[in-house]
Amino acid sequence: MSSQAEIVPTRYMEAINLGLADALEEDDRVILLGIDVGAGGGIFTVTRGLHERFGSERVIDTPISEMGYVGAGVGAAMTGLRPIVEIMFMDFISVCLDPIMNQATKLGYMTNGALSVPIVFRMQTGAGRSAGAQHSQSLEAMLAHIPGLKVVMPATVTDARDLLLEAVRDPGPVAYIENRRLYAMKGDLETDPLPLGKARVARPGDDVTVVTWGQTLRDCLKAAETSSASLEVIDLRSLVPLDIETVYRSAERTGRVLVVHEAVQDFGAGAEIAARVGEEVFDLLLAPVRRVATPAVPMPFNPALERSLLPSPEAIAAAAEGLVAEGR
Amino acid sequence: MALIRAFETRVSELYRDGEIPGFVHTSLGQEAVAAGVCGALREDDYMATTHRGHGHVLAKGADVDGMMAELFGRATGLCGGKGGSMHVADPARGILGANAIVGAGMPLITGAGLSSKLLGQGRVAVAFFGEGAVNQGTFHEALNLCAIWDLPVIFACENNGYAEFSANADMTRVASVAGRTAAYGVHAETVDGNDVAAVHEATDRAVERCRSGEGPVVLELMTYRWHGHYEGDAQPYKPEAEAQEWRDRDPLILAERALVESGAATADELAAVRAAAEARIDAATEAARQAPDPAPEEAFAHVFAG
Ligand SMILES: Cc1ncc(C[n+]2csc(CCOP(=O)(O)OP(=O)(O)O)c2C)c(N)n1
Repeated sequence: MSSQAEIVPTRYMEAINLGLADALEEDDRVILLGIDVGAGGGIFTVTRGLHERFGSERVIDTPISEMGYVGAGVGAAMTGLRPIVEIMFMDFISVCLDPIMNQATKLGYMTNGALSVPIVFRMQTGAGRSAGAQHSQSLEAMLAHIPGLKVVMPATVTDARDLLLEAVRDPGPVAYIENRRLYAMKGDLETDPLPLGKARVARPGDDVTVVTWGQTLRDCLKAAETSSASLEVIDLRSLVPLDIETVYRSAERTGRVLVVHEAVQDFGAGAEIAARVGEEVFDLLLAPVRRVATPAVPMPFNPALERSLLPSPEAIAAAAEGLVAEGR
Repeated sequence: MALIRAFETRVSELYRDGEIPGFVHTSLGQEAVAAGVCGALREDDYMATTHRGHGHVLAKGADVDGMMAELFGRATGLCGGKGGSMHVADPARGILGANAIVGAGMPLITGAGLSSKLLGQGRVAVAFFGEGAVNQGTFHEALNLCAIWDLPVIFACENNGYAEFSANADMTRVASVAGRTAAYGVHAETVDGNDVAAVHEATDRAVERCRSGEGPVVLELMTYRWHGHYEGDAQPYKPEAEAQEWRDRDPLILAERALVESGAATADELAAVRAAAEARIDAATEAARQAPDPAPEEAFAHVFAG
């Protein structure tokens, strides 16, 4: 029996839609809330068809009222529902951070476990299409800095579906962050999901451990194809929980670690990973941990300027080769 | 009401003496709101409250010992000592918690109302909040959501005239909370919040509307806070005559007077109720004093669910 026949190339955004449909199908308590997620099908068409299939009590259009409906999602999660609330652009967490930062992630702890808040904050980011400084930010480090919040960033078609399902099944709050530059990406939907919290070696290699997540996985894999160095590319899949052990195990063999992310470099998640590697496996290192990330500026509108700031396969390959060259 | 009065009076003293850590906001003078509203609710109805929530939590049925121990930060507290005065909760009694973020309870209770409606729970969800919180976007966003979704939610505004040191009239051109509500097409009533019977009856009407699917109700309950915003605030911003006028309308005495006049209780019986409340608080205080602190590893428990 050829398993090839069962594998259908699927777009990342279709995989999200499948994940949403599966989540709504498998548990009646799951609802989807957001601006134009219902009959309109979402501004990127990610939720298309769900309203027709599950009805307006499960797939609920909200007013432009993020603090209200994200907070209501948290309250609903406390009282028996399992909401997925969509925040249209990740940048908009600015106007609804309280339910995420002070409510969902605190109430279970402050009540010593008497309350639980099974909610998914679904959002998307993705610089590189001149969306401007208010629609381009990757703020995952900000979210990962809040104790009690899991933060997942699917980089593959399979994870787009499976991490969403894992997030919905999780008993606590999870931020599920899509990258809209991946929406059209096609890939094979695999049927053996990795659990939330496990990193994946996306490509084995010997010289440099490249740690990444989200959209830049593609850039890293491209870099690995062209670089003169042999790159082992690790897709973290989630920042919280952070599967740092997989990074250590790879670093044991390579002795060199490069972290790549689309978010701005300063105070980013790359700094946390570099610090942990330095604290725990310093003796294994042949060179300092290096980062390739976006410089700390608001994203400019101009396409050429924007491109000049984002990590590229060329910059990643160059950084990896630089690490090999500077090795002790 | 007598229990809340005794609890808050004792908490004020314990805080002054350094026995209770953190921030404490008492509801002395506002007891009729807590008793009147919560007395009209079922045990499984949802309730969310504010930094000034001791009275609401007690009136909704929380255990007095657990409450006092929580304020002491003890392992025996309702939240194992990890919540404290501003975060005390008891979900088993529908008490979704006090909240230290002004206005945050209203979106949460909207969600509770949504659960009630979608899961067919038949529960009413009540958010207590001060008139100061009406200037937060959450009031307006939550009220609008409840209105368009016809949720069984009661917005119980405890209008005590001041938010911290600021008089309501200085912070809005429309001092009437009920008046501001009209813009959302939501039914509102303004009620004497020091008259427990009036509060109770208004809540009964609101509950009836909610349970019959007519959507949210705003109750504006006019009352006055006797103590400062926090314990120790000398309240230079309040005119003495105004404060005196409200102290003369002590809600507990008004309630007792009404009971005696109607023949429902004798003065002796009421004195016994007050004495019993005192004794209950004595016992809770002593138990809290003796209770252990949470074990050190508790600091790491329940960061993540499950
Ligand atoms: C978002 C937020 N802003 C400010 C504060 C500080 N604060 C705590 S209580 C309070 C006044 C609240 O007034 P009101 O809502 O009328 O309630 P009351 O204290 O009168 O019961 C303020 C400003 C806070 N806790 N949260």
